[in-house]
Amino acid sequence: MLTFTLRRLLTAIPTLLLISLVIFLLVDLAPGSPLSDVPLTVPPDVRQKMLEAMGADQPVMVRYFLWLKQFFWIEPLYGIDALLGTDFAQGAQRIISWQSKVPVFQIIGERLPQTLTVVGTAYLIGVLIALPIGIYSAYRQYSWFDQAGTFFAMAGFSVPTFFTGNLLILIFAVNLGWFPTIYDTNLEVVDWASFTKMLAQMALPVTVLALFNAAEISRYTRSSVLENLGQDYVRTARAKGMGEQKVVLKHVLRNSLIPVVTVVALGLPTVFGGAIVTEQIFKINGIGAALIGAINVSDLPTVQTVTFIFAVLIVMFNLIADILYGILDPRIRYD
Amino acid sequence: MADGGSPGALRKPLVSVRGLKMHFPIYAGILRRKVGAVKAVDGVSFDILEGETLGLVGESGCGKSTVGRALLRLYEPTAGQVVIGGEDIASLPPDALRRKRPMMQMVFQDPQASLNPRMTVAAIIGEPLDEHTDWDEDKKTARVYELMDQVGLNRRFANRYPHEFSGGQRQRIGIARALALNPRFIVCDEPIAALDVSIQAQVVNLLEDLQDRLGLTYLFISHDLSMVRHIADRVAVMYLGQIAELSPREALYARPLHPYARALLSAVPEADPTLEATRQRIILKGDVPSPANPPKGCNFCTRCPQVMAVCRDVEPELAEVEPGRFVACHLMAMDTAGGHASPGAEVREHNQQGEVK
Repeated sequence: MLTFTLRRLLTAIPTLLLISLVIFLLVDLAPGSPLSDVPLTVPPDVRQKMLEAMGADQPVMVRYFLWLKQFFWIEPLYGIDALLGTDFAQGAQRIISWQSKVPVFQIIGERLPQTLTVVGTAYLIGVLIALPIGIYSAYRQYSWFDQAGTFFAMAGFSVPTFFTGNLLILIFAVNLGWFPTIYDTNLEVVDWASFTKMLAQMALPVTVLALFNAAEISRYTRSSVLENLGQDYVRTARAKGMGEQKVVLKHVLRNSLIPVVTVVALGLPTVFGGAIVTEQIFKINGIGAALIGAINVSDLPTVQTVTFIFAVLIVMFNLIADILYGILDPRIRYD
Repeated sequence: MADGGSPGALRKPLVSVRGLKMHFPIYAGILRRKVGAVKAVDGVSFDILEGETLGLVGESGCGKSTVGRALLRLYEPTAGQVVIGGEDIASLPPDALRRKRPMMQMVFQDPQASLNPRMTVAAIIGEPLDEHTDWDEDKKTARVYELMDQVGLNRRFANRYPHEFSGGQRQRIGIARALALNPRFIVCDEPIAALDVSIQAQVVNLLEDLQDRLGLTYLFISHDLSMVRHIADRVAVMYLGQIAELSPREALYARPLHPYARALLSAVPEADPTLEATRQRIILKGDVPSPANPPKGCNFCTRCPQVMAVCRDVEPELAEVEPGRFVACHLMAMDTAGGHASPGAEVREHNQQGEVK
């Protein structure tokens, strides 16, 4: 298992390097200029100075290698400094956002908590809803509960979040007035009142995203449980005289959850990636919103860094899913 | 004397099946209404005596395995009675049924699929003990080791997973699991069909050996006629969800009475080449009718080489035509009434042999 992990980590390095280059070139070649939101009244020589100050006038390869150095060497040093109070970085140039002239990692640090709270909660709730629905749907296949579950999954999966989001706002915020339409990022939970306020403003975006996540995962769970329910070893368990509960929860579920765990693990990067559309609808100041904002003004360092972090997360969770598979299924050995 | 004949007087039946029916509903159409039923088992009655092996043979799809599963109520039978050890299994409430399970067990056909891939051998064999006994860990472990010894598995394998074993070893695990709670009755559902020939003999000998030592009663389901001849005391031949003939082994293999049994047994190759050269196969024409829509009258009437007018109208009952021999065929009734051609003469001839013996 250890050698497998190490080998996978080693092969991940060229993959990630290639991904970083592709992202960099894509963002760089895309039309638009970092000065597009600077007023036209600014004279050309000043514009040139601004470009030079940002380093945007350098050739693309120079900027790429500089970014690589900053991402893999200087930023980790700053990270260590921040953690341990040392001074390894010694004021070296960080990755600076062209838009806000603030270090990109600082922006990420500010935005990530909002995303994790909302999207993370939604994912957790989605999984918690999906598992029982999927298991019971499979156990009572074609029952009315299963039919309802299928409809729910169908709806959750096929109706886009920008529609359900606006629909929920219209019903619960505008007509009924139960929840706010906008997520207030500045709200700090200090007492019971602010906590209930937090819950209220989280309710709608979390519902929208949880519905979407639950739809997908419940389908995976259902088909996986269904497949295992028909297996001979389940009949063996019944013939042993096990109770139904034990048959389903011990024999069927443990085997069925192997693919589900993989799907859940592979879906986790999207939690960090944020839900770009949903964050826009509810005005949540998360990572997704930051990415959209950066794309709009060709803020190359921000787009590049954020997208690359997504790529790292995806590669990492792929590896985690594979390792989990090996732990959960004794038939799979990686040595 | 005890062999074949009519052992009913000497030993009492452990398993007694009366009118067992297992119909699987067919749903179709937009509203998924019930439009019919696959009559996988359609009125089967037989007894299995204590310590006896009853072979159950028939072609694929005739309902052999369904009988085995319905017997242990792994399916909910549509109708009928299954009395095992004095209690009607088919009508027990779930909790009582579960307490009854230790008495009756099953060895499954596919030793790979019937073992939970995520449990170790010790866990698989020991799970029935967790469920049905209140023994402590040491006693359970001791019992698991004892069972592994009984079926010839090395104790060192206790913590391995099923996929690490060969087919024959896996079937031994399945047998050890079935034995864990000292059952009296075991349904062997084609236990050797998934094994290669060299291993088949080992497993069958193991089953026979265990029967001798533990006094087990088997229902041995198989389509391997030679293997059934080897292990069974009596043999039931099934066709399209019904029993065509139920006879003591020797009598059946020497002189099958039901036309279907005759056709089926004529397919067994002979080891002796001179006999094999003279072996006359009865080739049946046509296909087995669909169990969802069996023919009126005798189930076999569409393919029977000796079909008569009455066969297409009246369903023959399984009746004792000779001591210990049960046949469901109108020909037999004709013979006992006297007057029909050759088969009748044969019957009488054999009757005399039976009496001499």
